[in-house]
Amino acid sequence: MSTTTAQAGTPGAGPDAVVPKAQDDGAGPDRRRRDRLSRHNLAGWLFSTPFLVLFLTFMAFPIVATLLMSFTDFGLRNVTDPLSAQFVGLDNYTKLFQDDKFLKALFNTGYFVVLGVPLTIGSGLAAAVLLNSGIDRLRTFFRVGFYAPVVTAIVAVAVIWRFVLDPSEGLIAGLGHQLGVQTPDFLGSETLAMPSLIMMAVWRNMGSAMVLFLAGLQAIPTEVREAARIDGAGIFQEFRRITVPLLRPTMLYVAVMTTIGFLNVFEEPFVMTDGGPSDSTLTISLHMYREGFDFFHMGYASAMAYVLFVIVLAITTLQLRLLKDKT
Amino acid sequence: MSTTETRAPLAAPASRARRDPAARARRTLVYVLLTLGLIVTVAPFAWMALSSFKTQRELGASPPVWLPSEWTLDNFRELLDRMDVGQALFNSLLVAVFVTVCNLLFCSMLGYALAKLNFAGKRPIFGIVLGALMVPGNLMLLPMFVMMSAMGLIDSYAALILPFAAGAFGVFLMRQFIQAIPDELLEAARMDGAREWYIFWRIVLPLVKPALATLSIFVFLGSWNNFLWPLVATNDPGKYTLPVALATFATDPTQADGSNGVLMAGAFLVVLPVLLVFVLLQRFFTQGIATAGLK
Repeated sequence: MSTTTAQAGTPGAGPDAVVPKAQDDGAGPDRRRRDRLSRHNLAGWLFSTPFLVLFLTFMAFPIVATLLMSFTDFGLRNVTDPLSAQFVGLDNYTKLFQDDKFLKALFNTGYFVVLGVPLTIGSGLAAAVLLNSGIDRLRTFFRVGFYAPVVTAIVAVAVIWRFVLDPSEGLIAGLGHQLGVQTPDFLGSETLAMPSLIMMAVWRNMGSAMVLFLAGLQAIPTEVREAARIDGAGIFQEFRRITVPLLRPTMLYVAVMTTIGFLNVFEEPFVMTDGGPSDSTLTISLHMYREGFDFFHMGYASAMAYVLFVIVLAITTLQLRLLKDKT
Repeated sequence: MSTTETRAPLAAPASRARRDPAARARRTLVYVLLTLGLIVTVAPFAWMALSSFKTQRELGASPPVWLPSEWTLDNFRELLDRMDVGQALFNSLLVAVFVTVCNLLFCSMLGYALAKLNFAGKRPIFGIVLGALMVPGNLMLLPMFVMMSAMGLIDSYAALILPFAAGAFGVFLMRQFIQAIPDELLEAARMDGAREWYIFWRIVLPLVKPALATLSIFVFLGSWNNFLWPLVATNDPGKYTLPVALATFATDPTQADGSNGVLMAGAFLVVLPVLLVFVLLQRFFTQGIATAGLK
């Protein structure tokens, strides 16, 4: 991400003038720099070792292993004897796209992302703009409140929401009863279960988008807003012409991070609906978990993990392209 | 607002907003909207907390009862009977503490190297860190399970701790903060003959204490709330972390009857410590996110 590297040189900008700093590039190939470079090689690698060892063991190796497993019939017996798995070529992948459950999970995950991500970003942005609209009292109070769901465990939140939506004892059913309205069985309905999960996810993740947008909004210099106002811009013009364009880097980051999170949705359907009713909330991660750890079709589940990863990569790249070009 | 009034360019619009009825109406609207949003955000938590103290009869009452007319601890007692809360709490704490300590050390080590040392391979390592930020955890799930089984580590604390012992997010955060330390300070120590480890341990770490605080909160919470890997890596209920124990209980069809109150008691115990910590330390959260996300 270029937004992250751009910052690199700035904090040390002042001191640079006094002590020639051996930064990555820019400086000429002077002797001093070369000496320093060689002097830090050992220390640099020693300081990197713990991270690198853990990274190689628990990330790099498993990523490659998942790919290899996805070309085999890896099953329960291979857990104790991994090397005896048979190579089956692209079978797992061709099977995936004939698997109605997987296609359904693909659709459901898409549904979750397409509706959930814009709603999360929209409500997060709205909350941030409201909090940043010049109010001084209770700002922290509201911010803490909106952010609270983000810090709580999804599992606990899902358990709470399952109860809130409970058709007989739930909060919503009770409130409906009070108003004389018959509320539906949200999680028991094929059409309403997924929207219910989406609402819950928006409720939980809105706060993290809000905090990022707030930081972005505060980085917009007051002078710019003042100038716009003096030139006669109304609130909406100011929002459209100043806020939105200047928030684009934040928007990019929020969109990418929210999308990655939502594509991997697992806990909500696992706890609240178990993928039902009739697979209407089965997501890719949940299907993968079941195939992998309930039925031990691990080769098949690996192929699923890779399809999901490729989707994540493709969408992230697309977002980076789309949102960056307009900057 | 005395501070704003001393600053000329801001004073005019601020005081005008006070008097202008349209601006006042707008402020009122802002507060109304924020309050509505807050009610929606907090209501499920309030409902959960209050329900966990209700009797069975009031749990199913219609219209719903907000405040229990008689407060009871029955739900918590039954929870302790049906689920080993103490053990799960201990497991969650132990794992979270170890994961946090490892992250503080390993992430600041690499953060220091990336921010202040020049060595061959620095750029690719930073690339790895950025890439690792984007990799979804469930891509590694299946081989990790096979790996841990092969090493006999299923149902061990090591399996729950090691995969999360050095997160890319932490490296990134620490690098950002360590970069702001002036180079002369480190140069001066080097002139005096200090070793890199000494500089790191005695000069750098004390200077980035706020960052370490932020990082520990994030890592601790991440570990406390982590679910999928602990679910996969444990079969023995004695090794369940709190979320796994709660989810196992919540999705067990044999436990379903009349268990809403008990489940709320469970959710209450999982959520309460986290919410308390968050409210007390909320300053560090927002700082951390802003730094990691936008710089």
